[in-house]
Amino acid sequence: MPMVRELRINGRSLAVTAEDDRTLLGVLRDELGLTGAKYGCGEGRCGACTVLIDGEPARSCVTRLSAVGDREITTIEGLEQDGKLHPLQEAFLETGAMQCGYCTCGMIMSGVGLLRQNPRPSREEIIEAMNGNVCRCGTYTRIMAAVDLAARAIKEGRK
Amino acid sequence: MSHVHNQADEVWTEIEPERYELYEPRGGRVAFDRRDFLRVLGGGLLIAYLLDHTESEAQQPGRRQGFRGQAGPQDIGAWLHIAEDGTISVYTGKAEVGQNIRTSLTQVVAEELGVEAGMVRMVMADTQLTPFDMGTFGSRTTPDMSRRLRRTAAAAREVLIELAAERWKTSHEKLIVAESAVVNPETGARLEYGKLTQGQKLTKTVSDSTPIREPRKWTIAGQSLAKVNGRDFVTGRHRYASDMSLPGMLHARLLRAPSFGAALVSVELAAARAMPDVVVVQEGDFVGVAAASEPRAARALAAIKAEWKPGPAIASRTLFEDLRRPANDRGFAGGERDGRSAGNKGKSLREQPDSGATRLEQTYTGAYIAHAPLEPRAAVASWEGGKLTVWTGTQRPFGVRSELAAALRVPEADIRVIVPDTGSGYGGKHTGEAAVEAARLARAAGKPVKLVWTREEEFTWAYYRPAGVIDIKSSASREGLLTAWDCQNYNSGGSGLRSPYSAAQQATAFHPSRSPLRQGSYRALASTANHFARESHMDELAHALGIDPLQFRLRNLKDDRLRAVLEAAATAFGWGKPADAGRGVGLACGTEKGGYVATCAEVAVDRENGRVAVVRTTTAFECGAVVNPDHLKNQVEGAVVMGLGGALFEAIEYENGRIQNPRFSRYRVPRFRDTPQLDVVLVDRPDLPAAGAGEAPIIAIAPAVGNAIFAAVGVRLRSLPMVPQRLKI
Ligand code: FES
Ligand code: FES
Repeated sequence: MPMVRELRINGRSLAVTAEDDRTLLGVLRDELGLTGAKYGCGEGRCGACTVLIDGEPARSCVTRLSAVGDREITTIEGLEQDGKLHPLQEAFLETGAMQCGYCTCGMIMSGVGLLRQNPRPSREEIIEAMNGNVCRCGTYTRIMAAVDLAARAIKEGRK
Repeated sequence: MSHVHNQADEVWTEIEPERYELYEPRGGRVAFDRRDFLRVLGGGLLIAYLLDHTESEAQQPGRRQGFRGQAGPQDIGAWLHIAEDGTISVYTGKAEVGQNIRTSLTQVVAEELGVEAGMVRMVMADTQLTPFDMGTFGSRTTPDMSRRLRRTAAAAREVLIELAAERWKTSHEKLIVAESAVVNPETGARLEYGKLTQGQKLTKTVSDSTPIREPRKWTIAGQSLAKVNGRDFVTGRHRYASDMSLPGMLHARLLRAPSFGAALVSVELAAARAMPDVVVVQEGDFVGVAAASEPRAARALAAIKAEWKPGPAIASRTLFEDLRRPANDRGFAGGERDGRSAGNKGKSLREQPDSGATRLEQTYTGAYIAHAPLEPRAAVASWEGGKLTVWTGTQRPFGVRSELAAALRVPEADIRVIVPDTGSGYGGKHTGEAAVEAARLARAAGKPVKLVWTREEEFTWAYYRPAGVIDIKSSASREGLLTAWDCQNYNSGGSGLRSPYSAAQQATAFHPSRSPLRQGSYRALASTANHFARESHMDELAHALGIDPLQFRLRNLKDDRLRAVLEAAATAFGWGKPADAGRGVGLACGTEKGGYVATCAEVAVDRENGRVAVVRTTTAFECGAVVNPDHLKNQVEGAVVMGLGGALFEAIEYENGRIQNPRFSRYRVPRFRDTPQLDVVLVDRPDLPAAGAGEAPIIAIAPAVGNAIFAAVGVRLRSLPMVPQRLKI
């Protein structure tokens, strides 16, 4: 049975009517119009649907609504603050880390999650954290460069 | 399709136009009526590019030209409009699928018009707004569309200069353009484009003879401009077809056959029909449902019971034997029926090499692989008053319009196909399956319908890169000169089959087969398979002769452009330095679609567990004048990474007519960990016309890696993918 619940998304509280077993991805995209998270595989193997749940990257395609509870969800739409892009979004533009861009939102969310927990990741740590994200266009080296650039920018910004 | 030739008199007939670029002649012609256009677009200046005879033929093979009178329908290649407020809009039927042509085309227009790139708005791939285009494939955007837009923009510039000259009562030669204005450097007078076009209703047609700026003088083109709408992608604001939503829209699911070629015997729809607010459609074997949400559509689909008569029990186990059967056998399943070259083995070479020469005979194979674009096929269809609009991700908007017209029996004039910038294609999105399915359901539902194929559907019901078997027989003299070359390709296709190496005697032939699976275009088509075979074979010959593989190639290569990239790659890579233990280096080169490429690769093989890692690659690439160096580099890097998948581990496995690995958890694609250090050397040739770059750089990586593996451990791998699991040493 569909039920009404409140979801905490991008710092706001949003009411949705949906069944318990709906995927978070389906709810974000079809009920809330937040289409930055993409469908790529539906089995947690491509990362296109990545969002942050309490700051941790999660595959929204395999996350049931019932498992979300009142935890804080951040999607790509919530990264921009007062018209200012997140340093990793800037870094993606700077390094040209995309072709078709379909993987980009998921990549950025995975990268933001990584940088939160490890502000200066090594190349190996980036690979480790991001290996579940597929870029079929093959822009991996640029994405690694973008994560690295953002890490440095964040450090600079904090000084 | 088979040619025995003697290089002394170089009489090559084209092997054959690539058969796996799926297209069919278009149905209708765009009527170009200038008054209509200016009514829609408002006043200002409109420039239309008229295709000349050869261009029209290329667009639409085998059909006669329309008349060229001023008032009649003409073949338009592109148009450009400068509005009364100075807004510049460019209309092209090409689609953006990640090759960044929205940016590169913007650059060349901005260059000719002397405006900032931000002033140019590109309207792409919309069958109602943009002129007919056969499709975005074959690396034709840069050589064709870019050239046309340059000329169109150049003509616009000339008209603007004329207008200013008239106003200032001065001569045309004295004026230049800069920053969206015509300027008289002598007087300092300046008139903005908006001011010049105000109150005007000017139209002009141009052709290929309009003079354009030389690449050497480029200031906006030739630069690494960032993706023009990049911000929309990093913020998630860009709406792909799969992100579209319309009021009242339903979500669709389709009933799929359990195996290839299965036929629907009976279907029980009552349970699904009884569900509230569910639309169920059956038209022959087409069975689909639409409901207010995806899970509801999925539940309705699950309630349908169907009985199928299974298709042929095909299996990948016997793939390569299957491919040796000629196409004109009964029961041919895919590709095109064509027995022209079937059974012409007699045409292959009977070489009589000198005694003491090295002779070699080997067979190379390649599996079917999937494009697996990260955005699967998706479409949103909406009917209004008998007219259909479909948003879908495709490389052929006009082709999809024809498919829709045929499937739904609606005139093309009543159908509009719009392609939002798409989540990639790689040659895999030439067809409109999802568009047709969504449109059928939308018509029955009387509401807009969205269909997004599941990953499993995309893996199963799209088409594959052709599998192939390639036999090569060769001989070479002791001095390392090729004396004979015979290459017979079964099924993978003719692209890249012709050898760039000199040999006194050569024979090559392509033999179409009964392809067990549905196959079609793929980035660089058969060129990857043909280069894998040829460049592996060259390496084998070099080793047999005891000659360095680079030297052996150079000794037999006359083409200067190919020699140049080969030498550039070898130098940048440091070819000739001994590799560490357990490591090996290999190289390969080739040419495709006007691009010249050479790749060197270094691999590390772990003898304990048989793991192969590609450590670094250096790719030198030349495609004439470079329009955007960074995007070109990006394409080369991406092609190398994608090529690694087909080289090392990608393969479609099937059994009993069913795909065994239709998911990313079972079909391994290249990931971060698989990515080597990627070095790219761009060889800029501003003296040569720009060629496309999305395809050619993929062709050399597989043989380079195979040759490197041989150098590392002495094992020769002749089958793609080379290391699906681990190497048996
Ligand atoms: S769609 Fe969620 S991981 Fe692929
Ligand atoms: S940019 Fe196309 S999938 Fe990553």
